[in-house]
Amino acid sequence: MFSRQRRNVLPGFRLTMGYTILYLCLIVIVPLLTLPVQSWELGWSAFWRVVSDARVVASYRLSIGAAFAAACVNAVFGLIVAWVLTRYRFPGQRLFDALIDLPFALPTAVAGITLTTLYAPNGWIGRYLNDLGVQVAFTPLGITVALTFIGLPFVVRTLQPVIDDLDLEIEEAASSLGATRWQILRRVVLPFLFPAWLTGFALAFARSIGEYGSVVFIAGNMPMRTEITPLLIITQLEQFNYAAATAIAVVLLVISFALLLAINGLQAWTSRRLAA
Amino acid sequence: MAGSSSRNHRTSGAAAHLTEPRWVRWGLIALTLGFLGLFLIVPLAAVFTEALGRGWSAYTGAISTPDTLSAVRLTLVAAGVAVPLNLVFGVAAGWAIAKFQFPGKNVLLTLIDLPFAVSPVIAGLIFVLLFGRQGWFGPWLAEHGIRIVFSVPGIILATIFVSFPFVAREIIPVMQAMGRDEEEAARVLGANGLQTFLRVTLPNIKWGLLYGVLLCNARAMGEFGAVSVVSGKIRGETNTLPLHVEILYNEYQFQAAFAAASLLALLAIVTLVLKTIVERHVGRTTVQPGTATDTLS
Repeated sequence: MFSRQRRNVLPGFRLTMGYTILYLCLIVIVPLLTLPVQSWELGWSAFWRVVSDARVVASYRLSIGAAFAAACVNAVFGLIVAWVLTRYRFPGQRLFDALIDLPFALPTAVAGITLTTLYAPNGWIGRYLNDLGVQVAFTPLGITVALTFIGLPFVVRTLQPVIDDLDLEIEEAASSLGATRWQILRRVVLPFLFPAWLTGFALAFARSIGEYGSVVFIAGNMPMRTEITPLLIITQLEQFNYAAATAIAVVLLVISFALLLAINGLQAWTSRRLAA
Repeated sequence: MAGSSSRNHRTSGAAAHLTEPRWVRWGLIALTLGFLGLFLIVPLAAVFTEALGRGWSAYTGAISTPDTLSAVRLTLVAAGVAVPLNLVFGVAAGWAIAKFQFPGKNVLLTLIDLPFAVSPVIAGLIFVLLFGRQGWFGPWLAEHGIRIVFSVPGIILATIFVSFPFVAREIIPVMQAMGRDEEEAARVLGANGLQTFLRVTLPNIKWGLLYGVLLCNARAMGEFGAVSVVSGKIRGETNTLPLHVEILYNEYQFQAAFAAASLLALLAIVTLVLKTIVERHVGRTTVQPGTATDTLS
């Protein structure tokens, strides 16, 4: 009774809900439906032939491998950066905190050409790495560098509020029970941060798998070696091979959605932890 | 930025046994500054150094060519259409989701987040599959002489798609935190729906709204992959600023490419500054794409 009455006090439910669903369908759902429909028309055997082609499989391996490596780098450094920015004080701290979001704000094409210029054999950074015999630009290592840049904010921004939430009294209790600082970090702090840490890792990983703009310049784009999956989709499109482009895209999309589901599960875990 | 006051208070109040030894702290700070310096500050500095490398007149010359100016114009047009549309959608979705109970709310929230999970290249591809020459509506559009793909409407559609969730996902948590008591009070006191929204809801959500618009706009103006697929890259016609950067770069006009890129880097800096100001008003840390859904139920 009461809830029914409440519902009627505020107007506009049908209007806003209707508009929300209409707009969602027009912009997102219907366009995305082209992918399954189009690949259904292709037929299973043709679909399989496209997505199991050696060049396509090599691109999946590269995209996933480089995204995973970059997410690992970000997991390690993201944890340190989030801890330092939340717990310590040093000059320029707020500036660095604000800068963390630069990879979200900087258009990917700008990041792409800049990183390529920096890491090319004659670039600011590449020059010194070249002397050491390490080539970054136009190798899988370069792709990993670009994806590290793109994924940098995810781990930091997921961890910061959780570290902020961490009750100093728990650390105080552990300390008064005789735990060393290292034991407290390992047994109390890290287990508490773990779900959020894993979420940040998964977000960085998911974002990196489909990334195009920042990678395409630094990758070198050699078939079988440095050709990422999104680029392969574009190559197929440019040859008007829509069916192949769609098939490759469907596999990429399925991987992304699987990660999205995993992230949702992780977040449920995190919030249960926080609530407990 | 938000909560930094409480944070600092805590840190300064923390006793020595509740923090790491001094050498560890300084080591970690050095590691942080080194990592952020290498990955954020050096690239940002490099954009402007490369852009201004041949002097100021070469710089202004590069950004005032007709092709660059038309790319800027198209970028402004695409964002000018996409951001207001996504703003209206965000407010409508926020009102429906935050103020009412209905089954399937979580499914709807997940669907709104969908564009974040889609590779930019796929975001472009789907519009080619819909409106391209071989697409679902291709023959019909050709018959009526309408061009969407490889033309401005396609660029706008792809831009709307990639910047779709930003406003909605900022506004929904804010509206939910606000509850519905104030609006109900306004209604009981005789305000109509529009008055309630404008005088009660809007003042409460304005910072969240601004925050969402900032992020939405940054993505809309900077999008590269999706727009690249649908654009056809016709100079002076279907070239946005990020695409123009690519073309100049691929033609080995590095200084001109970085000059155009510096405009986008300036946009990023302005976005970050405004974002920091807004965060100070809202008093909370950033909610990144994909991390907010769980706080809603």
